[in-house]
Amino acid sequence: MSARTRELFALIPVALLVTAGFTAVLITNSDKLGNLSLFYGAYFLALCVATHIIIRIRLPDADPFLFPLVALLAAFGMVMLYRLDSGLARDQANWFVLGLVLFSATIIFLRDYAALERYRYLIALAGILLLILPRFLGHATNDAYLAITAGPVTFQPTELAKICIVIFLASYLNERREVLVIGTRKFAGLVLPPLKHLGPLLVVWGAAMVLLVFIRDLGSSVMFFGAFLALIYVATARISFVIIGLLMFVLGAWFFSHTAAHIHERFEIWLDPFKDPGGSGYQISQSLFAQADGGLFGRGLGDSLVQLPGATHCTNVTDCAILPAPHTDFIYAVIVDELGLFGGAAVVLIYALISERGFKTAVLAEDGFSKLLATGLTTILALQAFVIIGGVTRVIPLTGVTLPFISYGGSSIVANFILLALLLMISDRSRRRVRLQQEALE
Amino acid sequence: MNRQIVKLFGLILLLYALLFGFTSYWSVFDASSLKANTANRRPLLEEQKIKRGDIVADDGTVIAHSRPVGKGNNKIYVRHYPEGALFGNPIGYSFVDRGRVGFELSHNDELVGNKTEFLSILDELQGHAQVGDKVQSSLNPTAQRAAVNGLAGRRGAVVAMVPSTGEIKAMVSIPEYDPNSVQNSRTFQRLNTDNSAPLFNRATQAGYPPGSTMKVVTATAALDSGQFTPGSVLSGRSPQTIDGVPLSNSGGEQFGDIDMTTALTNSVNTWWAQVGEKLGKDIMFKYMDRYGFDSKPRLDLPAFQLAASGVYSGNRLLGPSDPIDIGRVAIGQERLRVTPLQMAEVAATVANKGELMEPRLWSKVIQPDGRETNLSPSHQSRVMSEDTASELNTMMQSVVREGTGTAAAVSGIDVAGKTGTAEISTGVNDAWFIGFAPASDPQIAIACIVEHTSGFGGPTCGPIFKAVAEATLQNGGSGG
Repeated sequence: MSARTRELFALIPVALLVTAGFTAVLITNSDKLGNLSLFYGAYFLALCVATHIIIRIRLPDADPFLFPLVALLAAFGMVMLYRLDSGLARDQANWFVLGLVLFSATIIFLRDYAALERYRYLIALAGILLLILPRFLGHATNDAYLAITAGPVTFQPTELAKICIVIFLASYLNERREVLVIGTRKFAGLVLPPLKHLGPLLVVWGAAMVLLVFIRDLGSSVMFFGAFLALIYVATARISFVIIGLLMFVLGAWFFSHTAAHIHERFEIWLDPFKDPGGSGYQISQSLFAQADGGLFGRGLGDSLVQLPGATHCTNVTDCAILPAPHTDFIYAVIVDELGLFGGAAVVLIYALISERGFKTAVLAEDGFSKLLATGLTTILALQAFVIIGGVTRVIPLTGVTLPFISYGGSSIVANFILLALLLMISDRSRRRVRLQQEALE
Repeated sequence: MNRQIVKLFGLILLLYALLFGFTSYWSVFDASSLKANTANRRPLLEEQKIKRGDIVADDGTVIAHSRPVGKGNNKIYVRHYPEGALFGNPIGYSFVDRGRVGFELSHNDELVGNKTEFLSILDELQGHAQVGDKVQSSLNPTAQRAAVNGLAGRRGAVVAMVPSTGEIKAMVSIPEYDPNSVQNSRTFQRLNTDNSAPLFNRATQAGYPPGSTMKVVTATAALDSGQFTPGSVLSGRSPQTIDGVPLSNSGGEQFGDIDMTTALTNSVNTWWAQVGEKLGKDIMFKYMDRYGFDSKPRLDLPAFQLAASGVYSGNRLLGPSDPIDIGRVAIGQERLRVTPLQMAEVAATVANKGELMEPRLWSKVIQPDGRETNLSPSHQSRVMSEDTASELNTMMQSVVREGTGTAAAVSGIDVAGKTGTAEISTGVNDAWFIGFAPASDPQIAIACIVEHTSGFGGPTCGPIFKAVAEATLQNGGSGG
């Protein structure tokens, strides 16, 4: 069976999930929603098939499971959004179209992703600009500067920036990894890199600190710095770099948590969300209450308390919402509420499987840049999921990043589709090589 | 680099395991404590979506009803009380912003249709929405109205119960309040701070000095212990020294050597105080406890809305081992505090041939599919022998026929009763009447109290007793 046929078969569960999910929501809310809105489900499935066809034409050897897994997440998201507000599902389906267009554009125009290496400083600059842009043009949501609003469209540049930064880091570390390793000195049992190479490390650490204070978002900061440490570890095989980096990060975070009021407050809420459950701790305590309602199997799709019952003047999903931002930051809490621990575990498992396919791609890749790029993209995606789910479940302080492929939001969908395109391109190249080698042997 | 990539994957899996661990903690292991968290309004909001069962009176009059607000999946039910203040205190209210009290609280499980875990899972699988059961109360609107009209705005309480079953037919506390009005937060605040305490159910929560109605309890102890008979003779002269302090009869009235029937008919304090001293604390407390004193009444209202009757020192109930002037306890003085419900139980016990039935406000639970659960009356205690009860019955008839309680007489029916007038300060009394009718075949036992009045027990509460008795005997048995 060819990789693509396997992919097509793997899309069957996606179709089943979407159909079952939409039907379930329709049954519970039959008085509210018309049959017409089932159309968004069909629309979404058609988009999946279209994507499959593009991959079949352009990347025939790419990993067969990555796209179905991503589609499965997106299906989860579609069903949940449809359950919250059928209008959101329509918008999300439209974002998928745009994501798909950019996905195809990436594959078609970026024939050889190795070309990215040549523009790495330009890409790095673009990434940094994208990161700090909201501070100047945007507005703060929950104290963090993550979005720019232009008319009706809200854009989260962080989502695109993460790809730029990973491309730069992969390219830079691929070139410098030998020099970073040689000439190391031992100090107190730790292997230290030569001082002149410590520079870039400090720069990235500084950038993460700037993110923390300037953008005011611990989540993005953890995501970027985590991806950086992962890449430096894979590139140099020196765990000491990671330990030094982690120490520096924790020290920095500790320092700012005591000096910057907003970061300090975030930590306080995290440590004791029930101290002020009606005020600063409202979001996280509501998130935990929603999950407690879910139990093992959940309350069933469409059956959880999302809005204040009896409220009559709610125009959209955030009006009269008990759980704030149920369609973006807290969508995981809604999933646990309605589908229970099993639903939540399924989502985490899918991210784990995507990580597995991503790292597999990195392992199979031949050259250092491909390996590092695949590792970096996979890590940052995996960490993003960890940061937001971790925030919602109080593993770490709550931050405002989206749940990749599930949360409502254009920037997130578009950026993650580009990320997926890059991963599939790397996978296609390495797997084609493996296939040709095998064919040659036969 | 591949080895590092695999290790990195391991780290990511570890982080994800952490997510799974935390999710399972919140959703399963810590779920019950999160649901109990006071900041968590979800359980309350959830109950709003359930159509709460109606509460109806014994004749089917709707006392509480749930009306839908909003549409579709967003529909909730809001409580409405068509009879307004008439059933205010015993029934209470149930609103999300106010919580619930009274009958609405004590019968919440039936009213919201809470079942065993297994049954509700079955219901959920079959797609049945949770619906509350209808609960029929034993309260009778006519009796209730008669009591409200009888009190005519004077602060006080009336409790009427069926002696043979314990069913409460009337429970009124004045000032009353309209449960519909507590939804308004300003009204709610005013009701809470009002000096006349309208939210306070005087019938079950207020401790009044019982005055001479207590002599029924003393007589029970005297006769049933075998130390006295209705013919026993003691001196009724006034004053007499009781516990080292002189005690006078009401108005300083003098009686010679009289028997028990005469002493009860004329409510002779000095006579009964001697009985109390002769019986002693142990016997007095033994009979008080049999009547249900010294513990909360076994009525189906929330415990915080029930008070125990007994001899109090501050908030502490005293017992036979404490220094107590038992002679004055025997005539309803000392630090004795009783609820109107307790005194209704005393009258009902005598009426029911010495057997005390547990008081009950509910009489029937009707499930949505029509299945009914009926109250089966429960015995609380055998207070006295049938003979004692019969002797007391005869003496109490004499009180109404020719003594202090003539105002309670109902034409054509024998009434048994006892008046009480507890002087709070000069010219200010708590006026009591307890009794039952018809004396030969008691259908209803009633306790009435009017607070802080210049009047005496018989003339003040007698007519109220009469009105409530007539109201219950007229439509006697209807619905019950």
